[in-house]
Amino acid sequence: MKKTLFDKIWDAHVVESIPDGPDILYIDQHLIHEVTSPQAFNELKEREIPVFRPNKIVATADHNTPTENQHLPVKDLLSRKQLKELSQNCEENNITLYGLGHPYNGIVHVMAPELGITQPGKTMVCGDSHTSTHGAFGAIAFGIGTSQVTQVFASQCLLVEKPKRLRVNVNGELKKGVTPKDVILYVISKLGTNSGTGYFCEYAGDVFENMSMEGRMTVCNMSIEMGARGGLIAPDQTTYDYVEGREFAPKGEEFDKLKAYWETLRTDDGAEFDQEYSFDAEDIEPMITYGTNPGMGIKITGAIPVEGGKSDAKALSYMGFKPGESLIDKPINYIFIGSCTNSRIEDFRMAASYIKGKKKAENVNALIVPGSRQVAAQIQEEGLDKVFEEAGFRLRQPGCSACLAMNDDKIPEGEYCVSTSNRNFEGRQGQGSRTILASPLTAAATAVAGKITDFTKSLN
Amino acid sequence: MEKFTTLQDTAVPLEVENIDTDQIIPARFLKATDKAGFGENLFKDWRFDKEGKPVEDFTLNQDQYSGSILIAGNNFGCGSSREHAAWALKAYGFKVVVSSYFADIFKGNALNNGLLPVQVSPEFLDELFLAIKKDNKESFKVDLENQKIEMLSSGKSENFAIDPYKKTCLINGFDDIDFLVSKLDAIKKFEEKQTQMREAAIQ
Repeated sequence: MKKTLFDKIWDAHVVESIPDGPDILYIDQHLIHEVTSPQAFNELKEREIPVFRPNKIVATADHNTPTENQHLPVKDLLSRKQLKELSQNCEENNITLYGLGHPYNGIVHVMAPELGITQPGKTMVCGDSHTSTHGAFGAIAFGIGTSQVTQVFASQCLLVEKPKRLRVNVNGELKKGVTPKDVILYVISKLGTNSGTGYFCEYAGDVFENMSMEGRMTVCNMSIEMGARGGLIAPDQTTYDYVEGREFAPKGEEFDKLKAYWETLRTDDGAEFDQEYSFDAEDIEPMITYGTNPGMGIKITGAIPVEGGKSDAKALSYMGFKPGESLIDKPINYIFIGSCTNSRIEDFRMAASYIKGKKKAENVNALIVPGSRQVAAQIQEEGLDKVFEEAGFRLRQPGCSACLAMNDDKIPEGEYCVSTSNRNFEGRQGQGSRTILASPLTAAATAVAGKITDFTKSLN
Repeated sequence: MEKFTTLQDTAVPLEVENIDTDQIIPARFLKATDKAGFGENLFKDWRFDKEGKPVEDFTLNQDQYSGSILIAGNNFGCGSSREHAAWALKAYGFKVVVSSYFADIFKGNALNNGLLPVQVSPEFLDELFLAIKKDNKESFKVDLENQKIEMLSSGKSENFAIDPYKKTCLINGFDDIDFLVSKLDAIKKFEEKQTQMREAAIQ
């Protein structure tokens, strides 16, 4: 039978199928962080169940961590307690932790790929919906709740119904200034915020084939924003080149053997999908969102749709926008470049290449937060820190930061923030904050102009 | 886990689509390390204004609505995987959430906490909202065994789907952990087999 990439990986991980019920799916790699794991550890303790495979778990601290003075004790007492519990739980259960200050510390979906933990063909889970990011390597990766974190601790398995198959094809050549973030915002704006619910999405076509691993991660990261549990892209030479030589990647003969297996991980010609959509790369322009879910996106020069769904009026009232309005020249006081969507080295190179020799507008508060310590080090190595500094941007230490504002990095009430993160939900970046999702390039251009601007005109 | 069989109660309507888990429980309340106390922060920023005063026109603050059934707009529970959303709804007192669509992760989290997600057709959802608007004391019966939700005044009903395995778990109060732990031998065998399977795929 002809199989999709998704089927091949899924079927190779089914321990048992329960008649009329879910599959017992084996999980190769479990990633954990401080926010969604403590209750799972407690549950295990109460039930006196040991962690079954501690060597298949890696922990990091990222969600609630400060992005300044990470060498000092964390000021927020609740955050400090949560971080301490993570350390204790990892120690008691022999789990590797890359805590605050460790050279490998970073956002879970940035550090695992850069350490070579993420590999093609693996099944990976984490108590975080953006686990879909790792699908960029041709892995089945998805977010889980805390009860499921407990299940994986106890058995290295999950009881899950096999999702349906969805394929999104984008072919053609992207225009200048159009980035992977714009591609995924475009797709979500066309399909809607729940179009992918119940599906796993394969991204196919030359646009994704020509993308770097960083770009593929940005795309797969936002699969959940159209409701899909995960997204994935077939591994190819770009993938192998990225993985090879990384800290926990297989080495030598083992790498060659695994690579031979990875090369079998592609959708067979003629394999069937339950749903399929195709788009032309030429139709995609730099995108921004205007509402309170990631599906509410328009091209940067576009106008807010007049005819919206039932809840659009509520969203527009929250955002302070009107139907039919263009957002060009809208003054913006905050920009944020960071989050598991856009905090990899390529994102900062992209922003820096635009910013170089320019200054941020006076009204703008520009926050730059690398995804990991390794990315932060690379920013310095490449001298990008100087570019940001000279332009008046604030470069912080790594973490999830203003994407979900669990730490002090919050956008004030009523203020707009052009943000490279993944969610523009009400209050996501702080109570009353108004988020406009965009690419690192758009965020950089907004910071320089002090308002939303059609920067594509100025690109060489 | 608490068992669920049938429930007869009044309902609280929340006619908003795409309610994400950030609204159900904002991120600033995720710093707890146990499961207690999330109920008081359920829908915090819709329920209370900046000064902490209840927002009068929000459904949970309106005396005319009460009950352990929440009826919400399409695509409920999208966004973040935080199970704290299910804990908050449960702690507040909800036992059933009705919508025309649920986000995957939320649905799983709800089922793992004995909170029943009942997915109905968009048309039936509209009828449910209308029935509450007409009479806020309208009672609904949710029968898990027969997978049926009924408006008691009119007798109108609709069947809903649920994974048979999950249904058994809810009715008996079982959770997945004991089941998976009972399968550890099979899981160990699978682990031994995994390398061979990979090698076979290359042939």
